[in-house]
Amino acid sequence: MTERAQLLLEIADDELILGWRDSEWTGIAPFLEEDVAFSSIAQNEIGHARALYELAAGDLGTTADELAFDRTPEEYRCAQLVELRRLDWAHTIARHWLYETADAIRIEALKASDDAELAGLAAKIDREEVYHRMHAEMWAERLRNEPRFREAVDELWPYALGLLEGEQREALCERVERQAVEPVVRGGHSDELRELWEEMTIVRRSVPGAAW
Amino acid sequence: MVSAERVWEALAEIPDPEIPVISLVDLGVIRAVAVEDGRVRVEFTPTFLGCPALELMRDAMAERIRELGAEPQVEVILDDSWSTDRITAAGREKLRASGFAPPAPRRAGTPNLVQLRSGAFRCPYCGSTETRLENIFGPTACRSLRYCTSCRQPFEQFKTI
Repeated sequence: MTERAQLLLEIADDELILGWRDSEWTGIAPFLEEDVAFSSIAQNEIGHARALYELAAGDLGTTADELAFDRTPEEYRCAQLVELRRLDWAHTIARHWLYETADAIRIEALKASDDAELAGLAAKIDREEVYHRMHAEMWAERLRNEPRFREAVDELWPYALGLLEGEQREALCERVERQAVEPVVRGGHSDELRELWEEMTIVRRSVPGAAW
Repeated sequence: MVSAERVWEALAEIPDPEIPVISLVDLGVIRAVAVEDGRVRVEFTPTFLGCPALELMRDAMAERIRELGAEPQVEVILDDSWSTDRITAAGREKLRASGFAPPAPRRAGTPNLVQLRSGAFRCPYCGSTETRLENIFGPTACRSLRYCTSCRQPFEQFKTI
């Protein structure tokens, strides 16, 4: 697999799985505005995943759906941060804020890429992510001094570092004003991803090639 | 043989599936139309990448082109060439007239929270700028929710992207 396809799959898998997790707030968020917000963010993230899978699929001679749903859980390249389930609101906002901050660093780098396709898609994605960042920052500001939120950020910090590598990881430390710790790096997966995979792929596995 | 002009006219009759008061041409999502050997190639730039209306738009364009007796080739362009600045002046007016506040131009820079919380957004019902942000997100990816404190009317604001 080319380096480009691997990078595309990492980001696409992050966005797909996080989109799925965000959608779990649909109907049960603490209040209606957040129900709407997380549903809309989930829809955007899954849209980004699809576009990224389409680019990767062109490189790999496959389709976006096959990449999204026909791989084994071990083949996914997402970071464990996006896999975690049964999070309370403090953890949800902590993850949202850490993820959006890290994602902004990654998107900025892609926008500056010599690869015109990657740079163009990253710029398009960024137009939408601006609103996710506003939402995340608004909430992080509101909860900044809440002990539950601070504990959630502490707990998720090693996972957030695993989203990025090298200089980008250092940039994340600077932006959130935290020291680096041992990161939970990409490659391993939680049992929660396997559970999610069972749910997410059930239609594809029951009716191979199903279209709707 | 159908002309490119005729294709543009036909595409201008297709309503946006989610905001049917404006057409795909008003929305600015059609970047180019080229006619060659009985085939019509359309370059289509999605609005929001997760918009569920994209397939409907693509299929509606293909169907209209077939009705003109040509073979459609609708190419989805995954780059940065669409922004809300591509919505035409006529499109913006149609949005406003039906209660959707049109997007602010991007010349004000990348949208930010300070801007959204300011009163620079005009109520599409009474024209007042005494409006406040209710939710960055709304019923579809492209909309925010605002409330007009002058006429006490909630309204939908097209996001600037």
